[in-house]
Amino acid sequence: MSKLILGTYAQRNSDDHPPAYAPGYKTSVLRSPKNALISIAETLTEVTAPHFSPNLFGEKDNDLILNYAKDGLPIGERVIIHGYVRDQFGQPVKNALLEVWQANASGRYRHPNDQYIGAMDPNFGGCGRMLTDAHGYFIFRTIKPGPYPWRNRINEWRPAHIHFSLIADGWAQRLISQFYFEGDPLIDTCPIIKTIPSEQQRKALIALEDKSNFIEADSRCYRFDITLRGRRATYFENHLT
Amino acid sequence: MNNWNIQEMKETPSQTGGPYVHIGLLPKQANIDVFAYNYDNNLVQDKTEGQPIRIEGQVFDGLGLPMRDVLLEIWQADASGAYPSTADIQGKQADPYFAGWGRTGADFKTGFWHFNTIKPGQVKGRKGVLQAPHIALIIFARGINVGLNTRIYFDDEIQANQEDPVLNSIEWATRRQTLIAKRENHENEIVYRFDIYIQGEHETVFFDI
Repeated sequence: MSKLILGTYAQRNSDDHPPAYAPGYKTSVLRSPKNALISIAETLTEVTAPHFSPNLFGEKDNDLILNYAKDGLPIGERVIIHGYVRDQFGQPVKNALLEVWQANASGRYRHPNDQYIGAMDPNFGGCGRMLTDAHGYFIFRTIKPGPYPWRNRINEWRPAHIHFSLIADGWAQRLISQFYFEGDPLIDTCPIIKTIPSEQQRKALIALEDKSNFIEADSRCYRFDITLRGRRATYFENHLT
Repeated sequence: MNNWNIQEMKETPSQTGGPYVHIGLLPKQANIDVFAYNYDNNLVQDKTEGQPIRIEGQVFDGLGLPMRDVLLEIWQADASGAYPSTADIQGKQADPYFAGWGRTGADFKTGFWHFNTIKPGQVKGRKGVLQAPHIALIIFARGINVGLNTRIYFDDEIQANQEDPVLNSIEWATRRQTLIAKRENHENEIVYRFDIYIQGEHETVFFDI
């Protein structure tokens, strides 16, 4: 066979994702469409995506411990997070833009709308970004975020989590989610995690302690892999264009 | 049930972007100065070809109130209808001064958002049928569990819109209007207004792409 011709992305399995309307997460009630989504056959619009130049990245963009430090180090647990981004067929996703954001060790966000009493850290910003390499690998360094309270029910608390966003090869792969840390007891009670229908998929958002990759007298390490939608190959008629 | 299984991985499940999505995706809007180069809502450079336009609007919730914490991204072809992506197989040279992508957040007070871009050319659709000029748009926010995908079309492209395969795949013809931005008369600028209604009367069409 000659050159590989790619078709469309495999359809998103909606059962593997939260529904839009999830009344236990109260804000979703007025922010979810009443109509069903309309599924379309993909075109070039959906299988293309922007490219991001590594030249525009700074040296500390993936180092949340140092990228906002002013007069010292931020306070909190030093952790390294690493893993692989692959598509559903197991292929590495290369040069994908991975962006992350999070609260500080107190569970406080550097955001004008966060008024939680947990202390701000003048040496911690809480955002970072990186491109995956040729193997789909990524790595960043940060302070482990604290859990924080929020108004859903009055005493709701989010487990420690890091938000992440991916822009990869096709617009259809565009994904924002959050990952959690192995062993956190708040994971079982969180109404945002519970919007995900299956136990197996909830587990897919838990970063695992990676002991052999701890760095002595320095940092612990968590392993977290991400799966995006994948494209099928075309061996017969190609209807994409 | 078969007891065999196709070995394939499941897509990582989506979660809401939350109320502080700006920290990571638009740190400047959260007053965080970390990156030397920041992504933004301006897709037009000095040498970009095509007709510059401004697209603006608000996003409304089920009570008709503007959502002031939404984050929006657009993806579009250049003025000749080529995507600046290696996955574009039309064989046209894409404009080297056009990235095709931008990101913005609604104003924290008013909920207004806008992009400065160029009007896209027509892109080939499936089986060679041309699509009308359009921009792909995705919305993330607190309360939105999976990013909502839609498309912006233009009200001065009447003929092309009538022939567009995606618009025509919407069985409820009255809903097609929710995807058509309205050209406004401004002095020095071409402005298209595109309001998004997440829920209820006039609900915008959202796609599973």
